[in-house]
Amino acid sequence: MAEKICLEDIQKSQQEAGDTWIKVGMATCGIAAGADKVYKAVLKEVESNGLNIPVMITGCIGSCYAEPLVEVKTSEGQFMYTGVDEAMVSDIVGKHVATGKSLPSGVPSDSFNEGQMRIAMRHCGIVDPESIDSYIGNDGYAALRKHLTEGTPEGVIEEMKKSGLRGRGGAGFPTFMKWTFASKSKSDEKYIICNADEGDPGAYMDRSILEGDPHAVVEGMILGGYAIGATKGFFYVRAEYPLAIRRLQKAIDACKKYGILGENIFGSSFSFDIEIRLGAGAFVCGEETALIASLEGKRGTPRPRPPFPTDKGAFEKPSVINNVETLANVSAILFKGGDWYGSIGVGKSTGTKVFAVTGKVKHSGLVEIPMGTTIRDVVFKICGGIAKEKKILAVQTGGPSGGVITEQYLDTPISYESLAELGSIMGSGGMIVMDEDDCIVDIAKFYLGFCVDESCGKCSPCRIGGKKMLGLLEKISEGKGELGDLDKLKQICHAMQKASLCGLGQTAPNPIVSTLRYFEHEYKAHITEHKCRAGVCQKLLKYLVVEDKCKRCGICQKICPADAIEGDRKSGFTVIQDKCIKCGSCLDSCKFDAIVKK
Amino acid sequence: MSEDARIEEVAAKWKDVPGSLIMALHEVQEKLGYVPRETAMELAKEMHVPLARIYEVLTFYSFFKLTPPGKHKVQVCLGTACYLKGAAKLVEELKDQLKINEGETTEDGMFELELVRCVGCCGLAPVVVIGEKVYGNVEPAEIASILSEYEK
Repeated sequence: MAEKICLEDIQKSQQEAGDTWIKVGMATCGIAAGADKVYKAVLKEVESNGLNIPVMITGCIGSCYAEPLVEVKTSEGQFMYTGVDEAMVSDIVGKHVATGKSLPSGVPSDSFNEGQMRIAMRHCGIVDPESIDSYIGNDGYAALRKHLTEGTPEGVIEEMKKSGLRGRGGAGFPTFMKWTFASKSKSDEKYIICNADEGDPGAYMDRSILEGDPHAVVEGMILGGYAIGATKGFFYVRAEYPLAIRRLQKAIDACKKYGILGENIFGSSFSFDIEIRLGAGAFVCGEETALIASLEGKRGTPRPRPPFPTDKGAFEKPSVINNVETLANVSAILFKGGDWYGSIGVGKSTGTKVFAVTGKVKHSGLVEIPMGTTIRDVVFKICGGIAKEKKILAVQTGGPSGGVITEQYLDTPISYESLAELGSIMGSGGMIVMDEDDCIVDIAKFYLGFCVDESCGKCSPCRIGGKKMLGLLEKISEGKGELGDLDKLKQICHAMQKASLCGLGQTAPNPIVSTLRYFEHEYKAHITEHKCRAGVCQKLLKYLVVEDKCKRCGICQKICPADAIEGDRKSGFTVIQDKCIKCGSCLDSCKFDAIVKK
Repeated sequence: MSEDARIEEVAAKWKDVPGSLIMALHEVQEKLGYVPRETAMELAKEMHVPLARIYEVLTFYSFFKLTPPGKHKVQVCLGTACYLKGAAKLVEELKDQLKINEGETTEDGMFELELVRCVGCCGLAPVVVIGEKVYGNVEPAEIASILSEYEK
């Protein structure tokens, strides 16, 4: 039997918890950086100093480059410590916490997220993801209670319409429209499904939100369920995210205990339950119809649409599928109002978007920015620019379904429309920054290789087209390409985009189309000059002995696994290009820098 | 608890939950480390689904394993350098000694054989990696003594 709870009482008790505390960031990324040990060390130090203050765990605040993170609040304010190890803990606790005076290494917490605006990630790094009280203490479930007890499902959809929120999983379909379709479908049962099968290489915002603030997503789902008249919700989560699964299950259990899930939620006539279903490592299951097949315990292959899931979805019942970030936004919108959310952003792209910025930037991590922020600001202002003072080549958005944006377009304000105009997509929010050391052909090959591996094989354009294109790209990167191959690539791209059954096949050519649009000269250099500007494509490299520097020690000849270095200590050494397998062993072995790669 | 009893337990938990085959297989793999054929057959019987349906799912998703993971993973590099230096002979030798094919695990569960792309130490070619230890310039004749380091 569920406990009777009063949100206000819990809020009050949370506020009274005091204004001195320590928080340790404990998401998967933090734990990998050693936050587990830091957390234990903090507990130990607090005890040995005889302090009586709460030590809390939080999710990811997004600054992955600075993990492990410890945040301290005293009457002086909130300060963040970065790259904390066990040795630093005694000073942080013994000096800062005990005396109330921050250490020089502490950064004021406010300055940490400059240029950003946190909505979907509003509680990440702030609440304890394993405590429902902590979420309620930060206004959690207030919106749900208000809409369930005072509002109507139509009212919820109306707010969503005002907000202008569009699906954050990639395609950007207006959320209120999906909900309207499903609410009008007649059926005894309906489902709302959260797609948490995040599979883009380089994107991890959904994991961070689930690990950092699972209740925000759960509340969003219950509200969505109420709006469409669903009886049940499913979380479809990657099996590779054990911590997210555990925290989500804990959140669901806590809701059941408090009567926030189950029969007659908050005394209303609305009853709703949530179940977790696991994925099993198939990227194609991010596609709606494939996801539904997988949710039903089958092979995750897509089917043609219509019928759309909002008419016939999981178990043949009308179903809405929303992404994690979308639902985390929903709970914020229904708390603060659709007009508020709609006032943020540009044009038809309202609100904020979370990006996972990785690659050659100084500060990789998660950033949440209002729509309309320029790509340049994200890369150079928020993420500190390019590492090692290299030159930027391009920014890739949208993962294996997206495209590249070159330097001349970096001042484009980010929106669904502007990215599409540039030949890329918003996607789920992967943003990979490339510098002059990256080869465009190699990047295209990487993404296409990913899609070829992940193609389910059901339709031939995707199954065969992908393989053929990969073959052509391999040929080009080995210096065996012909100019006609570029036309072949374009043709296959076109066929795959038009004829593939699902989003995976339709968008798999995007990285190639986009790189051909901006970097056709690089492809041509590989083909006609056999040159890889970045020195990445191994087969096009030449290893050469620099006579002036060579001391004729003969190490390279000994180490070469292919016997490709000829000569002797008297006459000097040369690399026989036909025999060379480009393994680079000679270069590594030479103590005199007398071997160069060209 | 016997293995059969554990499978019965998994089946009983999920049998009546619609579309829960993948969840049941996750539980089996969590308990056993992989999904053995006999278990799949047992599960088919208990959950009243055809065996083909179970294999359809097992072979589609990369997360599911059909063979037990070995205690020690033996990786042979098949990069160009190692290949030229005779890695193929090492593979033959390993298959002979361990009596398994690539991707399989020995009967006693000690070794799992995997062929991998370049591990990035071409100067040491041919290379065999066991766990995190790298063996370089390996001759087929040395395989027996290398394996014996792990056999206890």
